[in-house]
Amino acid sequence: MSAFQKIYTKVENITKATITVKADGISNEEMAYVNGRPAQVVKIKGNEVTLQIFPGTQGIYTNAEVKFTGKAPTIKLSDDLRGRFFNAYGEPIDGGAQVDGEETEIGGPSVNPVRRKQPSEFIPTGIAGIDLNNTLVTGQKIPFFADPDQPYNMVMADVALKAKADMIILGGMGMSNDDYLYYKQTFDNAGALDRITCFINTTQDAPVERLLIPDMTLTTAEYFAVKKNMKVLVLLTDMTLYADALAIVSNRMDQIPSKDSMPGSLYSDLAKIYEKAVQFPEGGSITIIAVTTLSGGDITHAIPDNTGYITEGQLYLRRDTDIGKVIIDPFRSLSRLKQLVIGKKTREDHPQVMNTCVRLFADAANAKTKQENGFDLTDYDERCLSYAHDYSKELLAIDVDIDAEKMLDTGWEILGKYFTRDEVAMKKVLMDKYWRGK
Amino acid sequence: MSTKGKVVGVVANLVTLEVDGPVGQNEICFIDLKGTKLMAEVIKVMGDKVAVQVFESTRGLQVGVSAEFAGRMLEVTLGPGMLSKTYDGLQNDLHKMEGVFLKRGEYTQPLNPGQKWKFTPLAKVGDEVEAASWLGEVKENWLDHKIMVPFDLKGTAKIKKIVSAGEYTSDSEIAVLTDANGNDISVSMEIKWAVKREVSAYKSKPRPFKLFETGVRTVDTLNPLAEGGTGFMPGPFGAGKTVMQHSFAKNANADIIVMVACGERANEVVEIFTEFPELEDPRTGRKLMERTVIIANTSNMPVAAREASVYTGMTIAEYYRSMGMKVLLLADSTSRWAQALREMSNRLEELPGQDAFPMDLSAIIAQFYARNGYVELNNGKTGSITFLGAVSPAGGNLKEPVTESTKKAARCFYALDQARADSKRYPAIDPIESYSKYIEYPELVAYLEENVQKGWADGVQILKDVLLRGKEAKDQINILGDDGVPLEYHITYNKSEVVDFSILQQDSFDKVDGTTPMPRQKQLTNVVLDICQSNYNFEDFEDVNKFFRRIINLINQMKYTKFESQEFYAAEKELKDFTATKKVANDNKKESA
Repeated sequence: MSAFQKIYTKVENITKATITVKADGISNEEMAYVNGRPAQVVKIKGNEVTLQIFPGTQGIYTNAEVKFTGKAPTIKLSDDLRGRFFNAYGEPIDGGAQVDGEETEIGGPSVNPVRRKQPSEFIPTGIAGIDLNNTLVTGQKIPFFADPDQPYNMVMADVALKAKADMIILGGMGMSNDDYLYYKQTFDNAGALDRITCFINTTQDAPVERLLIPDMTLTTAEYFAVKKNMKVLVLLTDMTLYADALAIVSNRMDQIPSKDSMPGSLYSDLAKIYEKAVQFPEGGSITIIAVTTLSGGDITHAIPDNTGYITEGQLYLRRDTDIGKVIIDPFRSLSRLKQLVIGKKTREDHPQVMNTCVRLFADAANAKTKQENGFDLTDYDERCLSYAHDYSKELLAIDVDIDAEKMLDTGWEILGKYFTRDEVAMKKVLMDKYWRGK
Repeated sequence: MSTKGKVVGVVANLVTLEVDGPVGQNEICFIDLKGTKLMAEVIKVMGDKVAVQVFESTRGLQVGVSAEFAGRMLEVTLGPGMLSKTYDGLQNDLHKMEGVFLKRGEYTQPLNPGQKWKFTPLAKVGDEVEAASWLGEVKENWLDHKIMVPFDLKGTAKIKKIVSAGEYTSDSEIAVLTDANGNDISVSMEIKWAVKREVSAYKSKPRPFKLFETGVRTVDTLNPLAEGGTGFMPGPFGAGKTVMQHSFAKNANADIIVMVACGERANEVVEIFTEFPELEDPRTGRKLMERTVIIANTSNMPVAAREASVYTGMTIAEYYRSMGMKVLLLADSTSRWAQALREMSNRLEELPGQDAFPMDLSAIIAQFYARNGYVELNNGKTGSITFLGAVSPAGGNLKEPVTESTKKAARCFYALDQARADSKRYPAIDPIESYSKYIEYPELVAYLEENVQKGWADGVQILKDVLLRGKEAKDQINILGDDGVPLEYHITYNKSEVVDFSILQQDSFDKVDGTTPMPRQKQLTNVVLDICQSNYNFEDFEDVNKFFRRIINLINQMKYTKFESQEFYAAEKELKDFTATKKVANDNKKESA
């Protein structure tokens, strides 16, 4: 406890999320404790200081003890973070000891754009629906747009483990306790705990605490990417709940809401997080995979909409009833950075196989509509439908686990099984080299 | 003595200061946070209190911290050395900053201090000059960079002294002028200018009348931009706004490109400065970077500087226009600029307009768009700024305030359509929703008739009618089925597909197809017009589909050959011969269009 610590005991105003206290010499964004509850300065007007109380203000009295720390929220960074689980304040929740290290303010400055390197490294995940059609690249930021009932946490844990990242930092926001235990168990079973750090805010914790999670997670990621030149994968789930917490605070501060009751600064707030994804020139990188849950698949809602303008593509999950499995939807999913690696870091036929397979899958979708409307199917339609079944099962399903070479071979195999050379119609040089059909 | 202030309130980047002297609206001040100077701009004055927006993070700021006012508005420094640079929204040279991370309060020189420029005078002692008159020029790479009389000179002045040809740094005195009141004005190669004021030192701003070639067919042929004109491109995410902006930056027929990355992804800017130093300008053979100035204020950089970035870009464009250049200004995306305005308006607790945007959003956008234009300079030469802004409508809804306000201000509208993007019909500019007001300008029509061909505007109108009728026919076919409609519907629809596949669709990544100069657009349009205006003899709808599919295929082959090469002529002939197989001799043009 420093000698300069200032303590105040006269709270002027209390709302559901904030209190106001008269105090001098207080800094913007400074951390404080109100009766031991973590809080942060969000507004200063003369000597009136407004604090956001992260756990909420229930039971706070007007004579509560307000202690200012004199500094913005920080985290102690060191290699000891590996294998550990923390709450939103960076306090251990796994029964382990406090971590010691270099104390660093979270939510630090942005990378100078001219110091960035163009992302160019392929991240294999083994999931063909991602690697083949929506290839991920180091330094990319991409969310899953998923309905709450879809198994996005499972897919994300799977991606994290299969991607050959040096470090995985998980930021859980509003995560159910069950999901938290699932992640813990999965990482443990995979023997991957030593390359994982988690910051978790569960549904039992106060929603406003979530606001600290992305900054904690990304400041840790920057430590490993910059200081250790590691390839860091950051998982953020669920960003919709993060945005909801932003809306709560902005509402309590009497700010005028814009579209969908979200704060007017939502775009900047989200961009500040996602833009931490970067390829550093020295080799380290931060890749962000996030989850944005949708309400009834509506992507025009302010949260997915602003996210879509910020991230470099998006991934959709869909249940394919024909094969009874969840697949990565090839039509709506998109990785904007895939052009930087496909056919360059992967085999030359990658772009063409990808496009052809998706095009024929679209033909199958048309055939299916015809079938459902009771029209007669042509021979081509029938073959498209059989192809779609195989393609979905062997390549799109989320339980597929093969390397990039095998995906392309599988693609050629399925194409050859159902179609003629003319129907496939890829570049002649590629057809001559890889075609396996009649 | 300059006005001083003291911090009395902080909410995010909105800071309230108590001041001890006069302050101006939009005046710049520096808040001294433990030795780090945070730049800020006055946005509201309330008695002795002023609200300022800080261009940096305000973390750690306390009540009582002092501030000093600069006595000027936000300004840029204009002079030789700007080409190929990457600036932030406040014109700091990003390459001059140290370290990987941006440091708060670090401001860098926009020009090259110490570099000597080879100066050649264009005026002599005794000459009468006015604002923006050309005093001399320096060689900046390929550009004869004009050294001008400061833009704020009122009336005329006489040159009292001008240096002889030789090498000088940009900040050294190159001339002394005596103004009408007998005051001497020292002039260097550098001009300071407040970004929110238009540079209006020109004789006149006539209506745009020349075609501005972008090399993109769906723009140049169907909805052309005029040199000095304005256009905007709204589109949901994933519809290809940024690819279009980059395509214009690569292929447009302009001397100088100013690209403003306003609140967008940093990796997109990285793409530009990774690729532009390698790619060649199709017209001059020089590297694209040599004609480009980038303003990068990406989405994670301070929001107030984002608002400044579009003005910084515009002012730099105006500077080059004053030296007789044809400038293309691109801004991606002006919605982020509007959002920056919204964030501040919100913190100021102003009464909001629609979607919480400030009430004067429309006026602000209109004023900004009005700064572009084709101008006649005082020395009789001309210069222009053509402006193309991308708009990111919330939820892809074109009825939102930024899109609607921009629609009132811009004269060309390029609607990027999600359905087109989904079906990979790129560029995804919807040919029916989009429009260009310039094709209603008789000046432009006359220009096209003279420089492209006689009857050009009528031909383009026919193409548009074909597209519209094709769309109607397609709707009918979808409802009634292939057999349920007359054969004519299939022909109409297929003709529109020919226009779509040959003229509208363009592979912006292809070496040949990526950019199409006007002579080739003319050739292609004439080929397509001939196909659309001919009558054919078909047996059934399958026959129709087969015929036009082949036509499209043949046109595509022609498109990818080098213009007027042997292969090109061969492909053109094959197309002609094949078309003839079904053509009916009685060629009743207008009716079948």
